[in-house]
Amino acid sequence: MIKIQNLQKEFRIHQARSGLAGAFRDLFRREYKTVKAVDDVSFEVAEGEIFALIGENGAGKSTTIKMMTGILTPSGGEMQINGYVPYKQREEYVRSIGVVFGQRSQLWWDLSPLESFRLLRSVYKVDELQGQRWLERLIEELDIGSFVSQPVRKLSLGQRMRCEIAASLIHKPKLLFLDEPTVGLDVLVKQKIREFLRNLNETENMTILLTTHDVSDIEALCKRVLVMDKGKLIFDGQLHDLKETWGNGTEVVFQFKQRTTIEQLQAALAELPCELLRENEYAIRVRIVQNHEMLPYVLSTVMTAFEVSDVKIMETSTEEIVRNIYSAPVEVSHYG
Amino acid sequence: MGKMYAELIRMRFLTMLAYRVNYYSGIIIYAINIGAYYFLWGAIYGGQQQMAGLSAGQMTAYVAIAWMSRAFYFNNIDQEIAQEVRDGRVAIEMIRPYNYLSVKTAQALGEGIFRMLFFAIPGMILISFLIPFHFPASLQAWGLYLLSLLFAFVINTEINLLTGVITFFLFRNEGMMRSKRVVVDLLSGLILPISFFPGWAQTVMGFLPFQAINYYPSVIFTGAVSEARALQMIALQIVWVLVILIPITVLWQQARRKMIVQGG
Repeated sequence: MIKIQNLQKEFRIHQARSGLAGAFRDLFRREYKTVKAVDDVSFEVAEGEIFALIGENGAGKSTTIKMMTGILTPSGGEMQINGYVPYKQREEYVRSIGVVFGQRSQLWWDLSPLESFRLLRSVYKVDELQGQRWLERLIEELDIGSFVSQPVRKLSLGQRMRCEIAASLIHKPKLLFLDEPTVGLDVLVKQKIREFLRNLNETENMTILLTTHDVSDIEALCKRVLVMDKGKLIFDGQLHDLKETWGNGTEVVFQFKQRTTIEQLQAALAELPCELLRENEYAIRVRIVQNHEMLPYVLSTVMTAFEVSDVKIMETSTEEIVRNIYSAPVEVSHYG
Repeated sequence: MGKMYAELIRMRFLTMLAYRVNYYSGIIIYAINIGAYYFLWGAIYGGQQQMAGLSAGQMTAYVAIAWMSRAFYFNNIDQEIAQEVRDGRVAIEMIRPYNYLSVKTAQALGEGIFRMLFFAIPGMILISFLIPFHFPASLQAWGLYLLSLLFAFVINTEINLLTGVITFFLFRNEGMMRSKRVVVDLLSGLILPISFFPGWAQTVMGFLPFQAINYYPSVIFTGAVSEARALQMIALQIVWVLVILIPITVLWQQARRKMIVQGG
């Protein structure tokens, strides 16, 4: 469904010289620097997948999305989506996709979302009867019925964002791009949107691409994750592989009934490759390095040797993983 | 396809209606302009029967109709394009299955029809009570006027598209758009009928598209030119419509290729 090969995008950025003399020289000859915003990115996506594209600000996510939506023309590489080459067959291609830009509105600011929906239906030449039924379903599932006839400028961000999503789906696209759809939304709205997207993926087999900074979006929706850094794709694989490679393993916190020292616990666990950290006088954190089968063994060993009042098992959060990736030097890896 | 453009025109209509204060102040501004020019020309004529081929009565009609025509052909789509390019909203337009420039033209037409129906026609009726005013006598003359007004709209919109598309290359071109506005108002014959310009200036302006925007329809309306000359003017307008289309097409293709979306 999506096939991208060696995609590249270069920008020429004007470098302003400093000072008044520099500004004067800029009038006559400008200096440019070429920046590779997207550098040799390749991946394929099958129909019905939900996948996330993550990376720091300026990693090239947005540029990639803009090329995939036919807005920008790539400087190099090949791209085929839904059977079209986006930048060459833009008008035909965009009929098969829906796009939500979290940062910009596609609704008419002064009019109600219903008016926008109406216009979009004629833009996409949606069949009158089916379109109406589909729109009713969107309105119901996104729970926007109570405010769709108010001017957009009077809606709250959460209300507006749900209307944006409805607007992007008016023509029932096969592929949906969501560029940071949950920025600035509260937890309830986020949850509603996620549920809706998951349902859409299941019932309509819609392919969904998500870019986000919100790790909980990814955990709730995606199995597959692509990580970009400095224009390069540095990871492409399953979310749990991501956790394995970049995570810190599993951590268990034991709360003991009696004072227990690290040495006592270390003696009990003997040779196991664990890291022990003291939480307080009664609690010790055990870090199990990258091996899930070890967890039951650690648990049973500690629980038979000591009197334990509480156990907390903590997996590294995706958030931490993302932080690890961002702070690590670039390293190309392919999984799945 | 036609349905989509009809919807776009309708949307622009609704948007214009959303801002009532803009609407009322627009009426006042047009009324002040027409009034001021009416008295100014009254003083200039000062009892003379004819100047530069226009009688005092024809001049009055010219001033009124020139402003009323402007209500129809005038639009700010160049500034809208510039704004959309600058804040990156143009990205949203590029994910739609339509041609951006045609859509802008349809929106401009929606605005024009709105102003024509709600400013110009009531304004004309109002003015005809206040100042002596001659409407074209025949249906044919009306037809010629409306036809030339439509082409005037197309030419003015094309010029706006051209200055708007230049924003894709320069990113900031307020200066150019503002000077274009003054040039169009002056050289289109809105402020001064073309026949009042010195001979050499008229020759130069013959090679420019601006007089086709206002002078042609207005002078056709006043009945100061023969029917044959009117048809010739409309033919010239059609030529300009086609000529300006060339640079727009070339620039737009260039712009698509090197488009940068600002911010995010």
